[in-house]
Amino acid sequence: MSHHIIKADEIHFTYPDGFHALRGISFLITHGESVAIVGANGAGKSTLLLHLNGLLLPTQGGLRVGDYPVTKETAHHIKRSVGMVFQNPDDQLFMPTVYDDVAFGPLNLGFPPEEINGRVQQTLETVGAAHLVNRPTHRLSGGEKRRVAIATVLSMTPDILILDEPTSDLDPGARRRLIELLGTFHHTKIIATHDLDMVLDLCERTIIINEGSILADGRSAEILRDEALLKKSSLEKPLRLQGCPVCGKKKKTRR
Amino acid sequence: MDLLSYRQTPVHRFDPRAKLIATLIFLFCVVSFHKYQLSNLFPYFIFPVYLVSAGDIPAGYIMKKIIVVSPFALMVAVFNPIFDTAVVSHVGHLGVTGGWISFFSIMTRFALTVGTALALIACTGFYGICNALGRLGMPRVFVVQLLFLYRYLFVLVEEAARMLRARDLRSFENRGRGLRVYGPLMGTLLLRSIDRAQKIHRAMVCRGFDGTIRITGTHSFGMREYVFLALWTVMFICFRLWNVSVLAGDFFVRLFS
Amino acid sequence: MHMADALISPAVGGTMMAASAGLIAYSAKKLKNEMDDSKVPLMGVMGAFIFAGQMINFTIPATGSSGHIGGGILLAILLGPWAAFLTIASVLVVQALFFADGGLLALGCNIFNLGFFPCLIIYPFVFKKIMGSSFTRGKLFFATTLSAILGLQLGAFCVVIETLASGISELPFGTFVLLMQPIHLAIGIVEGLASAAVVLFIHTMQPEIIEGTKVSTSALSFKKVLATLVVLAAITGGLFSWFASAFPDGLEWSMFKTAGVEELEKPKNPIYGILESIQEKTAFLPDYDFKAEPEAAPPAGEDPAAPEPEEASWPAVSPGTSLSGIIGGALTLIIAVLFGFAVRKRKVVES
Repeated sequence: MSHHIIKADEIHFTYPDGFHALRGISFLITHGESVAIVGANGAGKSTLLLHLNGLLLPTQGGLRVGDYPVTKETAHHIKRSVGMVFQNPDDQLFMPTVYDDVAFGPLNLGFPPEEINGRVQQTLETVGAAHLVNRPTHRLSGGEKRRVAIATVLSMTPDILILDEPTSDLDPGARRRLIELLGTFHHTKIIATHDLDMVLDLCERTIIINEGSILADGRSAEILRDEALLKKSSLEKPLRLQGCPVCGKKKKTRR
Repeated sequence: MDLLSYRQTPVHRFDPRAKLIATLIFLFCVVSFHKYQLSNLFPYFIFPVYLVSAGDIPAGYIMKKIIVVSPFALMVAVFNPIFDTAVVSHVGHLGVTGGWISFFSIMTRFALTVGTALALIACTGFYGICNALGRLGMPRVFVVQLLFLYRYLFVLVEEAARMLRARDLRSFENRGRGLRVYGPLMGTLLLRSIDRAQKIHRAMVCRGFDGTIRITGTHSFGMREYVFLALWTVMFICFRLWNVSVLAGDFFVRLFS
Repeated sequence: MHMADALISPAVGGTMMAASAGLIAYSAKKLKNEMDDSKVPLMGVMGAFIFAGQMINFTIPATGSSGHIGGGILLAILLGPWAAFLTIASVLVVQALFFADGGLLALGCNIFNLGFFPCLIIYPFVFKKIMGSSFTRGKLFFATTLSAILGLQLGAFCVVIETLASGISELPFGTFVLLMQPIHLAIGIVEGLASAAVVLFIHTMQPEIIEGTKVSTSALSFKKVLATLVVLAAITGGLFSWFASAFPDGLEWSMFKTAGVEELEKPKNPIYGILESIQEKTAFLPDYDFKAEPEAAPPAGEDPAAPEPEEASWPAVSPGTSLSGIIGGALTLIIAVLFGFAVRKRKVVES
């Protein structure tokens, strides 16, 4: 299934104000992979994500999503196959009710109206938010907002899911439930985050970005143990991999 | 206010268009009375009372809101007794001037119009009203504008409140609260808002936004709505044509004489 | 500044509503032609910003009071006139519905007073004219402040006109103008300074936001706006006189006031006839208010120009009906409240 791959080839991006945000990034993400993109604030994670569904186009280098190169002309196809969940759910959920927001994408894609209803219900059930269907979006709790935000993207049945900081601002319970939910998805997943414990749970592969270029790319279990590497990119070893401060013993990596 | 509109009562289930039109007819009837006509207004209270009680809306809450916004009307109305001192009526031996009658007339109208508007929104919801406006021919851009405004109202108000708190915690004796700080503070909020709008636009484009927003309508204008609208319209017009208060009063007086 | 439903007549409310609806439709059409879709969320968020911005205030030196931003002119600078007008209109709709700030019928008046003047008159013909093609900070400050002041003055004046045309308030024109204009001059200066402070800050941080709107407004020609205004005025006037003849409300009464003669001929509707016959019936009641009628006349005659017939010809103010009115009014109120309780009770039983 070649259409679920993402291939970046030496992409550079410079903002109009002259800031050189990406300085030659290359990787290949294949079908069904779950990849974490980590790095310090301002390292270029968000800029990179915006490239993956054609919102920004590289100033230099090439990017392919599935069968298409990412250009202005193919942006329509790209958006359909790449679902992007933004960091702040308040930016993502702009329609008045949960129903309308989840239906927004499918309606724009031109699904027949009679199919919309079932699609919305089904997606909300998937994320465990079926009871919220008629609620106004601004009245949801933080955890509920995340779930609905993910549903708004899932309702378009994307092949690839991109999530920007999905666990920020969540209480530990909501965070745990979200991680479990994401674990049930079989999409190709790309997650930009600072939450390295979540990375251990969800992503077998990690890409570290530092000042616009790739510092490391490999198996999460290895990268997240490399303290020197993590320190260099303003990160810290996941708590679970650190020695227990009380008894000094190391815990197991996987539950 | 908004939460009230998510209750499920028969009034809430009516098509918003029916409620909106009925309310507009109501308002036109109420304000079309002459300024000295006070008693004619009382029968109209039945409409807001109906909305409030059938819609299961806390009446005290609506009343409190009416009182909160009354100062402007009060300010203008209070001049009527001063400028209009011709005695037009007597209650017992007390002369009542036209100014006082029109003063009470204004305040009664005020209570009626504001109360009904609040009751309408409480049993319809802002979204319902927007939907109705759109289906009644309001330009789509404007309907979408209303929806977006309403959606981000809460977000930005919270943001402003946080900034305000941050400023006030570090301002002492009016230092720090002047125009010099105000400009950058508001400006920052504005820039953040513009930034937010850009992010929202991105989120929209990601989900296939092409310039038009498709809104699904859930209500339909059926028999119930026609009956609702017809009944109230006839009632409003009857109240406009006959002074029900006086009729009732006469009946009462005759009963005991 | 927001007009309330209680103070306007249907004639004024209706015409202003029609005028504002027309302007909204026209702006929407204009906007459709020139807009890129990123303006859709921007307008919405800016509307919310106006709300949020009115929460933040600053202390006015030496007075102890505080001021905040107005909105119209700031929005016009940021969004261009058409989008700004729609945004202001949406803000007023929400204010009317949720905060009961200005009524639903008065919405037309409020949109016109607070939206039309700053966005579609002052911005293109004052702000743009002062700014010309080059941007200096001094000019920007001056233009913003002046525009805010002028916009508010025009709006306040319109409030006076609309209120007086409605004939509900007794305030004489001169008094009302003297009351409104100075107050709004003060408010305008404060709002103007506040807007200027914000605009200058934005200009320092991201000049392209403010200078970027230069292009989109060039299409607005003075002649076109003037023509639109004339047409609007004609329609308004026409509707107005039609309403005035249909309802003998506001206008006639102001005429009566100046002429000292009751001009209210018995309206053609059969209702008034019925009302009168009812009144006649009440006169047969052996009640004291019937006898009181002749006595009631002399004190009313303080004003020699307003003779007795005035009382009899208008049913609502005659003593015969005033007692019935009071009793009946109380009765209907009680009935309305009881009705409400009954509805609620029934529901409780059902559930």
